[in-house]
Amino acid sequence: MNQKTIVMGVIGADIHVVGNKIIEYALREAGFNVVNLGIFCSQEDFVNAAKETNADVILVSSLYGHGELDCKGLKEKCLEAGLNKVKLYVGGNLVVGKQNWEDVKAKFEAMGFDRVGSETTMPDDIIKWLQEDLSCIIAK
Amino acid sequence: MDLTLLIDFGSTYTKVTAISEQKGCFVATAKAPSTVNSDVMIGLSNAINNLKDILGEENLSFRRRVACSSAAGGLRMIAIGLVPTLTVEAARKAALNAGAKLIGSYAFKLTEEDLKELCMQKPDIILLAGGTDGGDEEVILHNAKVLASLELNVPIVVAGNRACKERIRQIFITAGKDVRITENVLPEINRLNIQPARECIREVFIERIVHAKGIDKAKEFVEGILMPTPEAVLRATELLAEGAGEETGMGEILVVDVGGATTDVYTVCSGNPTRGDVILKGLPEPYSKRTVEGDLGVRFNCLHIMETVGVSLLSEMSGMKVDVIESTLSLWARKTYMVPKSELEINLDQALARCAVDIAVKRHSGTLEKYYTPMGEVFVQYGKDLTSIKAVVGTGGPLVNAQNPTYILSGALFDEHDPSYLKPKNPKLYIDKNYIFYAIGLLAEINPELAIHILKQDLKQVSCEKMVDRSLMCRR
Ligand code: B12
Repeated sequence: MNQKTIVMGVIGADIHVVGNKIIEYALREAGFNVVNLGIFCSQEDFVNAAKETNADVILVSSLYGHGELDCKGLKEKCLEAGLNKVKLYVGGNLVVGKQNWEDVKAKFEAMGFDRVGSETTMPDDIIKWLQEDLSCIIAK
Repeated sequence: MDLTLLIDFGSTYTKVTAISEQKGCFVATAKAPSTVNSDVMIGLSNAINNLKDILGEENLSFRRRVACSSAAGGLRMIAIGLVPTLTVEAARKAALNAGAKLIGSYAFKLTEEDLKELCMQKPDIILLAGGTDGGDEEVILHNAKVLASLELNVPIVVAGNRACKERIRQIFITAGKDVRITENVLPEINRLNIQPARECIREVFIERIVHAKGIDKAKEFVEGILMPTPEAVLRATELLAEGAGEETGMGEILVVDVGGATTDVYTVCSGNPTRGDVILKGLPEPYSKRTVEGDLGVRFNCLHIMETVGVSLLSEMSGMKVDVIESTLSLWARKTYMVPKSELEINLDQALARCAVDIAVKRHSGTLEKYYTPMGEVFVQYGKDLTSIKAVVGTGGPLVNAQNPTYILSGALFDEHDPSYLKPKNPKLYIDKNYIFYAIGLLAEINPELAIHILKQDLKQVSCEKMVDRSLMCRR
């Protein structure tokens, strides 16, 4: 099986589900094997599912403004679990209110995320990132 | 009389139940001490003789004779997976549903120490899982290799990542092991699939385990030793829930089986949230589910039950003084065949059984946890919501033979003081008055419609006994 596996979900006590469903749909259409954990996911949920499914990417959404707090330490947990090759993506409304985007991006990159998106990052952008990072040919 | 004989080779007793297919009714049950260590047939003959005495008939002929068994330590199983909350948990669920006595489970790559410990446990079967389909291969392949290198020669059921089935088969075959490959217990993160493993384990039981345990000495007399006893109870529960032929089922149901060594709980229900504002998390739950509490037997573990609930609660429930309870229970734990005599002893025995039911059903049922989010409270459910279950049935010697089985069974009910446990709220309560659940699971193999018909006749409806003054503040 050469299909690439993406584990995705909304982190923390966050119940915004619409974006999650849209991204799941778009990635499936683009030929990825998507494991959607849904809303209300802990860091452990992501790590466990990625380990069991041998995932290539963990895609984290955070919409309710507590992204920084919820995402801190996820990279370290991945390293601890032997998931050092897994790419980490994060996106949504990562921080409260409007803040300087470059600062926000830098902050999440420093936390170990390979790709950082905002509420304006479209599913097509995510697919482009995946293609670049996984250098895979997309079945469409 | 033209009878069908249904046999349970249990660890302490060999039980027999006779039913008449012609008349479509239960006839009688009897038991005698098991003799698995010498010759199982002795205990069986004694039980049949007791049956003859009860019926007052010299000659009994049996048209069909089938058996289940939990003798010689039960079906000792080890479950192996990758992540504890995912494939390990799925493998554990599969083993329990197959009627196993789970003696250990392991996660991630097996270490030298794990392997040593595993061999010392003397398993009858090993269930090897790991990785979703197309998921991780590294860990299950490693575990297959190290298991294959062991001297231990027990059947290995493989229910892991489909992508490495053939490689795993080769590893075990090359090492000369008995390997059976079946479907993955967790093909996707959100999909549990334990039925194929359950069936595979049953085949291994019939082909290998019955012989390994010496129970096949009964083969000349018994047509088939069909399954482990808990599997028979689960099948009876499934049948009662779903119905067969003309006989309607009772719908979503819970059965609690109180024993001297364990208390088992069976549910057949979806367990979906009953309220709208709940987020469901955790591994999906099987529609049919068995859990076993090895620390809640009312004899072997009576001291442990006392420690768990607190001796003062038992005193409050039974009216017996604290120091008398302590000495009585240490005696019962040593002499597990003891039966209560005085009124206070009977009360104590029933209090123990009620606590065992309470805790066992709590552990089986789902929980509702409250989280505070920026928007306010959010409820998250883990496990099965049993609040809307329609029927709760009590079985097991210590329950059905008790003076007040209803009191014991009421321990299964929802407790307003402890609302985070999603126990049944307003079910009808029934007692398995002749203690024939195992027999019904066996009869279901021959004639399911008759089996459920007889079981329905056997069940006695009782009215719920309200909680004791104070709620049972039992820890899980
Ligand atoms: C609908 C909604 C709700 C509904 C949610 C219903 C549901 N079950 O989904 C309800 C009313 C319950 C709700 C509650 C709350 N909400 Co609200 N909600 C919204 C709203 C109006 C729309 C969200 C939506 O569905 N958008 C449509 C989808 C398609 O877009 P999306 O979710 O943003 O996802 C896209 C992108 O973000 C991106 N993306 C998402 N994930 C990822 C991941 C990666 C890696 C990448 C690259 C991209 C990416 O791609 C997605 C698809 O295009 C937004 C405002 C807005 N216009 O965005 C506020 C908003 C998200 N909510 C907000 C807040 C504060 C809350 C509450 C805390 C309280 C409140 N004020 O109502 C609670 C939180 C509850 C909780 N525990 O989570 C704020 C968040 C502020 C912040 N982050 O600074 C917002 C932005 C409103 C605002 N401007 O104040 N909310």
